[in-house]
Amino acid sequence: MLSLMTVEQKISIFFKRMPAPIRLRELIRTIRTARTQAEEREMIQKECAAIRSSFREEDNTYRCRNVAKLLYMHMLGYPAHFGQLECLKLIASQKFTDKRIGYLGAMLLLDERQDVHLLMTNCIKNDLNHSTQYVQGLALCTLGCMGSSEMCRDLAGEVEKLLKTSNSYLRKKAALCAVHVIRKVPELMEMFLPATKNLLNEKNHGVLHTSVVLLTEMCERSPDMLAHFRKNEKLVPQLVRILKNLIMSGYSPEHDVSGISDPFLQVRILRLLRILGRNDDDSSEAMNDILAQVATNTETSKNVGNAILYETVLTIMDIKSESGLRVLAINILGRFLLNNDKNIRYVALTSLLKTVQTDHNAVQRHRSTIVDCLKDLDVSIKRRAMELSFALVNGNNIRGMMKELLYFLDSCEPEFKADCASGIFLAAEKYAPSKRWHIDTIMRVLTTAGSYVRDDAVPNLIQLITNSVEMHAYTVQRLYKAILGDYSQQPLVQVAAWCIGEYGDLLVSGQCEEEEPIQVTEDEVLDILESVLISNMSTSVTRGYALTAIMKLSTRFTCTVNRIKKVVSIYGSSIDVELQQRAVEYNALFKKYDHMRSALLERMPVMEKVTTNGPTEIVQTNGETDPTPLETKPPPSGPQPTSQANDLLDLLGGNDITPVIPTAPTSKPASAGGELLDLLGDINLTGAPAAAPAPASVPQISQPPFLLDGLSSQPLFNDIATGIPSITAYSKNGLKIEFTFERSNTNPSVTVITIQASNSTELDMTDFVFQAAVPKTFQLQLLSPSSSIVPAFNTGTITQVIKVLNPQKQQLRMRIKLTYNHKGSAMQDLAEVNNFPPQSWQ
Amino acid sequence: MIKFFLMVNKQGQTRLSKYYEHVEINKRTLLETEVIKSCLSRSSEQCSFIEYKDFKLIYRQYAALFIVVGVNDTENEMAIYEFIHNFVEVLDDYFSRVLRYSAV
Repeated sequence: MLSLMTVEQKISIFFKRMPAPIRLRELIRTIRTARTQAEEREMIQKECAAIRSSFREEDNTYRCRNVAKLLYMHMLGYPAHFGQLECLKLIASQKFTDKRIGYLGAMLLLDERQDVHLLMTNCIKNDLNHSTQYVQGLALCTLGCMGSSEMCRDLAGEVEKLLKTSNSYLRKKAALCAVHVIRKVPELMEMFLPATKNLLNEKNHGVLHTSVVLLTEMCERSPDMLAHFRKNEKLVPQLVRILKNLIMSGYSPEHDVSGISDPFLQVRILRLLRILGRNDDDSSEAMNDILAQVATNTETSKNVGNAILYETVLTIMDIKSESGLRVLAINILGRFLLNNDKNIRYVALTSLLKTVQTDHNAVQRHRSTIVDCLKDLDVSIKRRAMELSFALVNGNNIRGMMKELLYFLDSCEPEFKADCASGIFLAAEKYAPSKRWHIDTIMRVLTTAGSYVRDDAVPNLIQLITNSVEMHAYTVQRLYKAILGDYSQQPLVQVAAWCIGEYGDLLVSGQCEEEEPIQVTEDEVLDILESVLISNMSTSVTRGYALTAIMKLSTRFTCTVNRIKKVVSIYGSSIDVELQQRAVEYNALFKKYDHMRSALLERMPVMEKVTTNGPTEIVQTNGETDPTPLETKPPPSGPQPTSQANDLLDLLGGNDITPVIPTAPTSKPASAGGELLDLLGDINLTGAPAAAPAPASVPQISQPPFLLDGLSSQPLFNDIATGIPSITAYSKNGLKIEFTFERSNTNPSVTVITIQASNSTELDMTDFVFQAAVPKTFQLQLLSPSSSIVPAFNTGTITQVIKVLNPQKQQLRMRIKLTYNHKGSAMQDLAEVNNFPPQSWQ
Repeated sequence: MIKFFLMVNKQGQTRLSKYYEHVEINKRTLLETEVIKSCLSRSSEQCSFIEYKDFKLIYRQYAALFIVVGVNDTENEMAIYEFIHNFVEVLDDYFSRVLRYSAV
């Protein structure tokens, strides 16, 4: 350990005095010999104790040494707060060596959080006016490093004075100190303005550099300053001149770094030019020449040159430069990409990413190099290359790019796969040259990175597949083959299960045109679906998909219905609640509602593109577009399905919406909705024409396109508020429609309207359909009517219930459309109902 | 803006540290170990700029010593890279060979 003892120490031991403290160098050497952390800590604690007792003795001679050791230990991470006062004492001393350590200690140990620091202010003030420039320099350094706002306010005047001296050593330090003062107390900025006038006339590079830093700080902080410097000071020409001198001047040994004269100053000036030229045409024009000159004349063989070029490119991109200059900049970046040095490639990719939005075509030229960077070993480079590649994909290069990207997806690290997969889907959706290519690409992604695909991709994919009608057979065949081998990747299995459920008949019948059809029997298909159900790797959601798919196949397959029944009934007692519910409901479908089964499980219609801006269009999204734990409920007991979900509408502040098994599409499913939409303009439509289930005796059903979730679970007439007068909404050609109102006390935005249709003519009106539309701020639900025949001579009425949700309590308005057959001809009428009593909606 | 400047050896011992923003003393050691871990795990094939939390690290290796500078977004990484080398050259000139050995 302490094997070296100086003569001093031996003497002091001889005289039985406190041994002189060891030197810093020895301390460092000693600490380095420690082999473990504990040993080091022990040594340091011992030394700290010695230092503390030495401080208590007020020993002036060795204070500086002790504080130096303390600073070293602080740097290693040990607490050293007891040295703060000692630093102050050192600062106050007259010896330069003491002052030096004192100021250093102040910079490291003190900051504005400690109360002691204010005691320094007076010392610093005196030292700023000291006769020796080195002492002044120390004071400036310390103030610029840790000065608090109070200190800065007090001493700013002194700093400003020093900024104007002719001593370049002091001037440069004063400039940096001024930067700190401005950061702490922005109001003092104006004080330094006059001093900056002459700063750039210096020859000394140190002063130039720090002045540019000061000017940069001022311009960044205050737009007024920025404007001032642009106009009055003619800063840009000055900077251009300095930069030109730097480039044109010959070799200067003082400032040379690998052949370039003071690159650090050049970079700083370029940065300041960037700030000055941003959004300003005049300044930008003044700098065009010099930027072009720098860009062409700088040597690129060394890193230094490249650093300057990088800064130049950033500046060119940021100011309002002319297009020739911009192309030059992008070409420089392209050259960087070909460089062997990783750092330069990284920097180039980062900058290209920033510019690809504005200068798309120019960047396209370097596409092949960028794509090559995908194969680089470095993670940061790969990520940048991937982002850039996605930005560059367009209709022309989609096929080539996609090949590269898919190859990248295969080989990249897992952290990239999710982003890459999403990017590929987006790009494919925008630019797919053909449906088959699109589906192939999706299949490829699902098979290679299936487990990394984001959850929202699955419904999008399903929608895409449904919409490409001619590819159904091909798609289902490929999906089937994909999961035959491996059903562990959940998104893939989900999409495959859904497709098999929908298009299983095409699979079995071997109808594929695009590819060799494979021979699959119904049992094999059911085998694979069942194994998905059983497998441990399948999540609950996937199992739900599989079960529903099996159920759907019961209508498409002919020989295996019994097997399906068996499977479904087994899961009726599954532990998983979701599966159990589905199985029980499907079982019910087999038993009690077998007549409806084929209608319910028919093919899905083409889905409209789901938009996210609220109820502006009808979407017949009947089915599992949202397969999260939301159930697909078959109709509850009772012959009429009462509701269909519209997953566009976020009802009642975000209640879950329940999608519903599809009803059989009639001859005019979406189109009828469409024509009504045309007729009724911007008013929201309810009551799309009914799908008549098989038995004709079941009365016609009007299908409201969405479910008022909160309402349907409540009983219809809830805390009836009586006393709202009823109105005659329509009376023409013998048909009269009356509205009676009820308000719910539990939910004051709900109005329940009961319509009664009566017929005073001598012939019955048959096939009566009532439809209603309300303005966008309302929501409507139409329940099933009591019948579709309005008997003649007012002998009976059709009753139907309408529920209106009026959250904004606006005046109720409604347009109604009536269609019926009368006297052998089809009648149709539109009317507007405006005479709603105020109590019905207020 | 430079946030901090570190000289750390391969074993993770800090030889020099200067912080330009206040960081708690116990957080400093943590920061230093994390930083040196990410620098050590890079091979010579990879580039010298790492993204770490909300700043960038620029590091350079000299024998068994790593010099790491933490900067925020506004800095030119390559200029800082040059700066590190400049710093080492200055130290070399000023203290001659002695320092290189002692620092390591």
